Amino acid sequence: MRPAQAGARAALSAAAIAAVAALLLYGFLAAESEKTVGLVLAGAVVVVAGGLRSKVLPRLVRAAGERAVMSALAIAAVALIGVFHDDPFVLLLMARALLVLVACLGLHVQLADAGVPNFAGAAFFGVGGYTAAVLGHGATPHLLVLLASGAVAAAVGSLLLLPLLRTRGHYAALITIAFGLLFRTFLEVNETLGGPQGLKLGGLRLLGLSFNDDREIHGVEISGYAFYCLAAVALALVAVWLVRSVESSWIGVALDAVRLDETAAACFGISIGRWKIAAFTLGNAIIGVAGGLSAMMVGFIAPNNFTFQESLVLVSILLLGGLGNLAGLAVAALIVIWLPEKLQPIQEYRYLLFSVLVVLVLVLRPAGLIRRIARRPFGSLAA
Amino acid sequence: MNGVMLGLMYALVALGFTLFFGVLDVVQFAHGDVLTAGAFVGLAAYAALLHAGVQAAVPQLIVVVLAATFSMAILGAVLGRVLVLPLKGAPALNTLLATLMGGTALRECIRLFYPGGSQPQRFPALLPTASWSMGRFNLRVDNLLMLLAGVVLVLGLSLLLRRTRLGLAIRAVAQDEETARTMGIDFRRVVLLTFAIGSALAAFAGVMNGLYYNEINFGSGLLLGVIGFSAAVLGGLGSFTGAVLGGFLFAGLQTLGAVVMPFASAYKDVFAFAVVILLMTWKPTGLIGEELGERV
Repeated sequence: MRPAQAGARAALSAAAIAAVAALLLYGFLAAESEKTVGLVLAGAVVVVAGGLRSKVLPRLVRAAGERAVMSALAIAAVALIGVFHDDPFVLLLMARALLVLVACLGLHVQLADAGVPNFAGAAFFGVGGYTAAVLGHGATPHLLVLLASGAVAAAVGSLLLLPLLRTRGHYAALITIAFGLLFRTFLEVNETLGGPQGLKLGGLRLLGLSFNDDREIHGVEISGYAFYCLAAVALALVAVWLVRSVESSWIGVALDAVRLDETAAACFGISIGRWKIAAFTLGNAIIGVAGGLSAMMVGFIAPNNFTFQESLVLVSILLLGGLGNLAGLAVAALIVIWLPEKLQPIQEYRYLLFSVLVVLVLVLRPAGLIRRIARRPFGSLAA
Repeated sequence: MNGVMLGLMYALVALGFTLFFGVLDVVQFAHGDVLTAGAFVGLAAYAALLHAGVQAAVPQLIVVVLAATFSMAILGAVLGRVLVLPLKGAPALNTLLATLMGGTALRECIRLFYPGGSQPQRFPALLPTASWSMGRFNLRVDNLLMLLAGVVLVLGLSLLLRRTRLGLAIRAVAQDEETARTMGIDFRRVVLLTFAIGSALAAFAGVMNGLYYNEINFGSGLLLGVIGFSAAVLGGLGSFTGAVLGGFLFAGLQTLGAVVMPFASAYKDVFAFAVVILLMTWKPTGLIGEELGERV
């Protein structure tokens, strides 16, 4: 096949995937009644399952290439933001799902790549949020504030490095659980950080643009949340790019080795400690930035947003999406965040529902909902 | 006194962890929530008794304790059967997640389905509350009774493990599963019975917790579970005396922290979790400590 032809095919395939995804998402977000939500959901299941079973979806993805699919999906997301430009509720939902997705990407690096458990994801999300709350009032440029959110989350996480390196498995998990609980109780009793009432934040200001204001461009009313959504899309793109770059480089190979067999990895001269530290720190930084942006968007943070339950929800998303599967991760994040909002009756029962779901997946399909694809040596099959 | 009571509660929870780890090499993270569930079943039994018109404290107490321990023994065995045994041989993370999520489900069930379960519930004082004061000390009868019961329970468990056929079977399975199987020990039965015993202990600790603080909360098991687990780790997972020692040591540290830093009483729980992390870092395999060698 000639290069031009291949390029056109790639673009078409990517566009097809993004168009179908955008249609389904539009249907879901626009759905008013619970019945419509159910119908759209059923449609999505049929489309995805059909696409996977008939091998159409994998073939499309392979034809398009990862990068093209990502760009097409980003364009689709921007288009959706355009469609819902004056609906703050839908925009808020989209932004929240994207930010949770980013946080899960951080967890993905830690758990799925390096095998370091982190049951305090919500706590690091909170560290980012509180950093933004404390720094955001000053004159610091907000882009720097967001970066600081990530840096502080990583720094706080570094307190756990020694404990995590000296332990493994259950013990390491317990340390992160203890940290998550510690963080929450600390916030509740700490007066400077607002105690149980939490803190208020001003909105994000970037490039002289105040994100909290609705504005009119050429006579079209645009909700302030649309800008947050765009920022979240950008952040998600950066995070995916970062994670994929790490995974497809030799660092990813080292992380795989550390996760799969520490002893063997050490025998090959891979420093287990160094890669665990790298993965844990990078993951926390990503989670922290997402937390910072989320706090600025919501305009208010309190300890109750960062409970152990929320950390478990993040891990559940990872697991339900299939550990190590980024596409599955995205789908799981959307469903877990949106479904309770769209189906009000299950809102109250969401933790119960997710926990039972995860248990079922673990017991019935121990390998995960979607089996993990092994790394292909030398990328030989890509061509 | 406070420290001793806490120590006993921690020890009871830690014993559960150590038992489970002994027979199956797993950590059952729903254990803390089993404790809470036990306390709530006890409370429900009390409410039912009041409804039936039983006013005397002694039968009330007996029914509350029996209801809590027996129901949790069954629940523990069910959890073992559904969450832990099917995942035998799966990566450690899977068991961990499954039991964590199982615990979450339990916690949420209490919060959602127990009337007023999202609020702290008052737990009735079923024991005589007379007290003797000796100088600065104030010794309360109810605390003394609870303490006695707890000690009897721990000693009873120790006897059960050392002197009965079941105890022999449990120890055999803990030592070497395969050999135990070839010796004709019903592995599944022993494991499930162990889960039942451990969970009954947790339920007892839960009722004790309720009687001591006169209040129970759907989330309180999480804290006790985490502390109990680290107490068991501190004493060396799988070791009986280690678990008891670890429980008391932990309570001692916590009381000490409260005495040394009275200004920071609000940070009591923060301190407890920090101690958990520090102790695990310092002695990842416990004070008595197994050697962690690895064969390739």
